[in-house]
Amino acid sequence: MDMSIALILGQDGITNGAIYALLALALVLVFAVTRVIFIQQGEFVAYGALTLAMMQSGATPATVWLLVAMGGLVTAFDGLKALKAGQMQRAGMVAGWNLAYPLALVAVLSALPVNELPLVLQVVLTLAIVVPMGPMMYRLMYQPIASAPVLILLIVSVALHIAMVGLGLLFFGAEGHRTPAFSELSFDLGPLMVTGQTIWVLVVSVLLIVALYQFFERTLYGKALRATAINRVGAQLMGISPALAGKLTFFLAAFIGALSGVLIAPITTIYYDTGFLIGLKGFVAAIIGGLASYPIAALGAIAVGLLEAFASFWASAYKEVIVFTLIIPVLLWRSLTSHHVEEEE
Amino acid sequence: MRTDRLVLGAFLALLLMVPAILSPYYVTLLNYIGLYAMVALGLVLLTGVGGLTSFGQAAFVGLGAYTTAALTTATDLPAWLAWVGASPWLTLVAGLLITAAVAVLLGSLTLKLSGHFLPLGTIAWGISLYFLFGTMQSLGGHTGITGIPPIELFGWTLDGGGEIFYLIWAFLLLGMLTTHNLLDSREGRAIRALKGGRVMAEAMGVDTGRARMIIFVIAALLACASGWLYAHMQRFVNPTPFGVHIGIEYLFMAVVGGAGYVWGAIVGAGVITVLKQWLQDWLPSLLGASGNFEMIVFGILMVLVLHRAREGLWPILKKLVPMRTIHKTIDAQAEPLPRRTLPAPGTLILEAKDVTRRFGGLVANNNMSLEVKAGEILALIGPNGAGKSTMFNQISGVDTPTSGEVLFLGKPVAGRDSREIARMGMSRTFQHVKLLPTMSVLENVAIGAHLRSHKGVLSSAWRLDRAEEARILKEAAHQIERVGLKDHMFDEAGSLALGQQRILEIARALCADPCLLLLDEPAAGLRYKEKQALAELLKRLRSEGMATLIVEHDMDFVMNLVDRVVVMEFGQKIAEGLPEEVQQNPAVLEAYLGGVE
Repeated sequence: MDMSIALILGQDGITNGAIYALLALALVLVFAVTRVIFIQQGEFVAYGALTLAMMQSGATPATVWLLVAMGGLVTAFDGLKALKAGQMQRAGMVAGWNLAYPLALVAVLSALPVNELPLVLQVVLTLAIVVPMGPMMYRLMYQPIASAPVLILLIVSVALHIAMVGLGLLFFGAEGHRTPAFSELSFDLGPLMVTGQTIWVLVVSVLLIVALYQFFERTLYGKALRATAINRVGAQLMGISPALAGKLTFFLAAFIGALSGVLIAPITTIYYDTGFLIGLKGFVAAIIGGLASYPIAALGAIAVGLLEAFASFWASAYKEVIVFTLIIPVLLWRSLTSHHVEEEE
Repeated sequence: MRTDRLVLGAFLALLLMVPAILSPYYVTLLNYIGLYAMVALGLVLLTGVGGLTSFGQAAFVGLGAYTTAALTTATDLPAWLAWVGASPWLTLVAGLLITAAVAVLLGSLTLKLSGHFLPLGTIAWGISLYFLFGTMQSLGGHTGITGIPPIELFGWTLDGGGEIFYLIWAFLLLGMLTTHNLLDSREGRAIRALKGGRVMAEAMGVDTGRARMIIFVIAALLACASGWLYAHMQRFVNPTPFGVHIGIEYLFMAVVGGAGYVWGAIVGAGVITVLKQWLQDWLPSLLGASGNFEMIVFGILMVLVLHRAREGLWPILKKLVPMRTIHKTIDAQAEPLPRRTLPAPGTLILEAKDVTRRFGGLVANNNMSLEVKAGEILALIGPNGAGKSTMFNQISGVDTPTSGEVLFLGKPVAGRDSREIARMGMSRTFQHVKLLPTMSVLENVAIGAHLRSHKGVLSSAWRLDRAEEARILKEAAHQIERVGLKDHMFDEAGSLALGQQRILEIARALCADPCLLLLDEPAAGLRYKEKQALAELLKRLRSEGMATLIVEHDMDFVMNLVDRVVVMEFGQKIAEGLPEEVQQNPAVLEAYLGGVE
């Protein structure tokens, strides 16, 4: 290996690592606020990438029908409940966001020549389809059992992951897709050719991390989420609705997932089941941070990205084995530093 | 004849006839159900009973299958290894050994961590092992290994679905029987305490880390045996059935069937396997595309089960068969468990010197000193938040003092595990009752005798522990009678009133045959008569030479019972002496009444 190969691998590693870092942040956030281990994060990545690809091929993305179905269920549960309680305004709100919005989206998608729209609008539409699934999923799948033990929530997550992979196959088919790069720009930096997409990934990742930081430090909702993460019951007693906190967290996580998918789609070919492995690498990073520390998780993500890039050069067949075996020394280190017997939640 | 035995007998008779009456298609289906149920059975023990979740069981199945496949088909093995490949029965042993080694390694990495790291770890190494099977050329890569010989048993070659059927179901039933036996034993009670009762179990001397490891290894071995049978049934292996998604499916089987029940494994494996067959036929034609669409249904089904019937299907099915609940019998003839010789009255039993415990800036205990002698009851009193329970935790090893010394029988115990301290003869109750609500009062109390008995997993699984078990149950029953809960002996512990649950904890502590009893608010929630009975019991124990340290808020109860009193406020000792002295102490009156005018 010479310097130029090392630089190329390093660039690959950092680009992928930036994506893993975003995913790891979302995983830590979701776990801290809701105790849900967000296994299906990877499916949001795949749904984001493939919805964009489907739009570019000129078809109506099938994910929008899933949004309609999920929204319909939420309306049926919450809207009817509000109607029975005589809360007309609330029922209207529920129906508006969960029924009218998805249907309006269907109308827009079928009315516009989506494949001819500028990329920015396609990305916005993709996010508009995929992201609302996050809060809807929380409402339908987790809210009824929000106080269940962590392990039950984890099994629900795994079940949803399985279902979403199956649906992904149904929606997008078995072929992989790669979308065109955001910009064809590329320039030489010494021996290294830096592509526009790399810049995009890094800039968006950094911007998103800064924005999240500002959100959690400066805004009331951000502080509410932090309060819930630190002490769920205490936050509830202070008037922070756990349901709202859950939905907001899932909104953010779905947003991060879908955006990561859109960013990574021009770099890697995405299949309906690719998301799982991408999401799991975010997990390895999140576990390095003990599912609690954001900065360590982000650093861990970069490490995972670099390890993966160099492993694919030295022992490409064993790339996945090496990355996932990394978790073992991490767990060893964690188990050596924890002593007391704890009661499981 | 009991109904449940009849149903079981009919089930076994039907099983025997299966190959004769069903077409090969259904025999094969039942073979798969048997294989899957074995893996699910391991998960019942691991997840349903022990509260640990693994998505990586398929990798253990793979270890069993690949070990036998590689060893029985290889032609160029070194001489020292070649003899193992001579018979599938030898490779079964080899596979079990390898699996046990891998499980112990993985378990020692992940089992000490809090619950959710294990499942995440299992996903990761499940993937690693799967890719390893697929990439190692010596294991045939993605094409796998063919030409695996059939199993021979007493000269009978099991090369057809109908023949191996009996072997698979014999393995499964054997596994179910041993699991059932294991759960109904000393080790089994320790295992059942893992879910929600670890702190209590440790205080009773159970090594919960070891108990977790035991069920993890057993679950892995069951999976390995399933893999061995699979390899010799299929006569070829490739990596596909050992991927992490199949591992997830195994967990689904356990949860759908009823993860807390041995029979749930068969129900779950049956339902999921049949449903999968059916959906794989129907869905692709319905949806007009081919693929694993049954996963969509499984995922949704799983969520529904967890929302609506978290216990799974077995408890629902069980209601269809009317069954008498059979109480355990107490053998009055059983030899009593050995007792320790109590120290002579007046001997110094417990001595805490300058114990300080800080939580960040909060000093919960500040230079606390106290001593308890044999044949004495010492009360530790003080207003709420004075640090009494913290002091208890420092003494009993649940927590470690920041500084200071705790001497028990002259030996320093600060910082030791609570189970070591329990072994030395200290036994405690908890301020917030810690018992296993779905287990009977008798079994809850029997956990107390854990350290007075020794039979291990193997003797339990094969019922070689019955003599000792009878002695344990007799001791537990004796302590239950002693504290006055005889009428509730076979009730679920969770159905008792809170006061009675506290009394149950005392019986459990006594079952450990301690020389020092730590009681945290034992009289809270008791009625007047019950309090009197409790006081009588404690007095009797005192006359037998027991040392007792008691935290209590009921002053009538305390002042008429105890020999000496230590009063705490804001983490410090403010008074110490005879009950009458303390009642007159100005500092104590100040603390309790807010100053005397």
